[in-house]
Amino acid sequence: MFDTINKAKLRLLKMHFESGVGHIGGNLSSLDVLMYLHHKVLNADDVFILSKGHSAGALYVTLWSLGHLTDEDLKQFHRNGTKLAGHPPPNWIPWIKFATGSLGHGLSLSAGVALGKKLQGEPGRVYCLLSDGEWDEGSNWEALIFAAHNRLDNLTLIVDHNGLQGFGTTKEVADLGSLADKIRSFGFHTDEIKGHNLGDIAIAFSCQAMGPRAIIAHTKKGCGVCFMENKMEWHYLPMSEAQYQQAIREITTE
Amino acid sequence: MRNILCNTLVEYSANREFIFLTGDLGYKALEPLRDAIGSRFINAGVAEQNMVSVAAGLASVGLRPWVYSIAPFIYARPFEQVRNDICMHNLPVILVGNGGGYAYGAMGATHHAIEDYGVMLGLINMHVFVPAFALDVPVIIRKLMEYKYPVYLRLGACEKPKDLILPPYAPWRRLLRGDGPTMLIVGPLAGGIISALMDLDESYRPDLWVLTELPISANAIPIEFINDLRRSSHLFVVEEHVAQGGIGQMLVYTLLTMGESPSKFTHRYALGYVSSLYGSQKFHRKECGLNPKSIATEVRKRHGFEAKS
Repeated sequence: MFDTINKAKLRLLKMHFESGVGHIGGNLSSLDVLMYLHHKVLNADDVFILSKGHSAGALYVTLWSLGHLTDEDLKQFHRNGTKLAGHPPPNWIPWIKFATGSLGHGLSLSAGVALGKKLQGEPGRVYCLLSDGEWDEGSNWEALIFAAHNRLDNLTLIVDHNGLQGFGTTKEVADLGSLADKIRSFGFHTDEIKGHNLGDIAIAFSCQAMGPRAIIAHTKKGCGVCFMENKMEWHYLPMSEAQYQQAIREITTE
Repeated sequence: MRNILCNTLVEYSANREFIFLTGDLGYKALEPLRDAIGSRFINAGVAEQNMVSVAAGLASVGLRPWVYSIAPFIYARPFEQVRNDICMHNLPVILVGNGGGYAYGAMGATHHAIEDYGVMLGLINMHVFVPAFALDVPVIIRKLMEYKYPVYLRLGACEKPKDLILPPYAPWRRLLRGDGPTMLIVGPLAGGIISALMDLDESYRPDLWVLTELPISANAIPIEFINDLRRSSHLFVVEEHVAQGGIGQMLVYTLLTMGESPSKFTHRYALGYVSSLYGSQKFHRKECGLNPKSIATEVRKRHGFEAKS
């Protein structure tokens, strides 16, 4: 799994570099969870919804690693005439169920899909990946109330908790204290894990607790590339040629 | 219309795909539906953003959710959820807005919906239904149970015109014949206006039509309407909605693109809060010149002006 993830990480860097696109920091922080989830957890009955749509690159590369997207598809990322927009587009491939990008939508959508499955007696879980800055959005708290009240025990939310958001750290912008405690207090079985530790990720996804579940994945923005790690500017910046070469050297020797 | 909605939806309770969500509204109105569909009746609480996205999620797995609230709380509060989650994915979610126009009267401006269908029709895939009469509601519901697009259904308090047998439901209906202006009315204010106009002399009584389905492009404009407009060369549109994004503007645009250009256009529409005071729906309609007497007066005035010219 480690090698598969590294290969995806290199492809992610290449795709963002060739397209001159930023948002790489939050893509690198979520890639380990996304890859493990898609390769080891999801089955045909499950649904995944990327609420943090700005990690579209990580999702595209994950789908590429599964053979659902081709190299040719990735080459078109963020270019004129592409289907691989900077945020997931609607009505395209079954592995991207909803267009996302405006934050605070994915968890409610996931709750709707989870409720729909329960009402129809269908198997499978719904997994939703959110950012941590996204918890500024009130709609997420509405969704927590709804999911807990309706006992959506087929729903798992995952938070890519890298501690950095658009214009500051999450503590500086809107300090929520312990996000895990807050989500737990709504009635979610909540685990906190090291979000780049595959062992931790595996244990969290194997949880059989009753009721809706939450995984707070403590991650690093720009994980694996020293000059990007925990730097807010890598929410935005595209890589120069020299930065790209350094990034792939670091990932290759990791 | 709300009770008719409820009673009609109860008839579809055996349809396992039918789901009803309410934003904590429907006291003394929706109880029969709640009792009929059990777990498929969901009170999503006072949380409209979540409710609309949940509805999109439900529709995405093959269910047919109807989402109910007071009109502004279903199209304005969760606007982005309607736009991104429902419309971008063309999901067949029915948004039911109770109290279109000034229907909530003295409850105040926050509860009014005077820019609703203009806002909704700016969204891709969105269709709007504005029933004018109680009898329209069951027919529309039957249609919406099979509908392939997102819908905003604007409900209001209807008024059946006196001594008029309504023709069968159609998106465009001609309800009065006359040699006056070609008049188009949207929504429940049609009933009172028809009652006020039907006794006018046929020589200047409007040729009166009611439009129920939007956008205008969803249905061909009847050739009889076009022919009457060519005869009168005077289009008169009445709607309980602001001018911007209203049917008046939409219809004029459509007619011009068709090469139809009536020489006169009269538009009565919601003016907001003319006196900054609040009252019943009738109070607000009167302030905007949307009350039946004012419309009838305008028709007479136009006729007098034309007779002298």
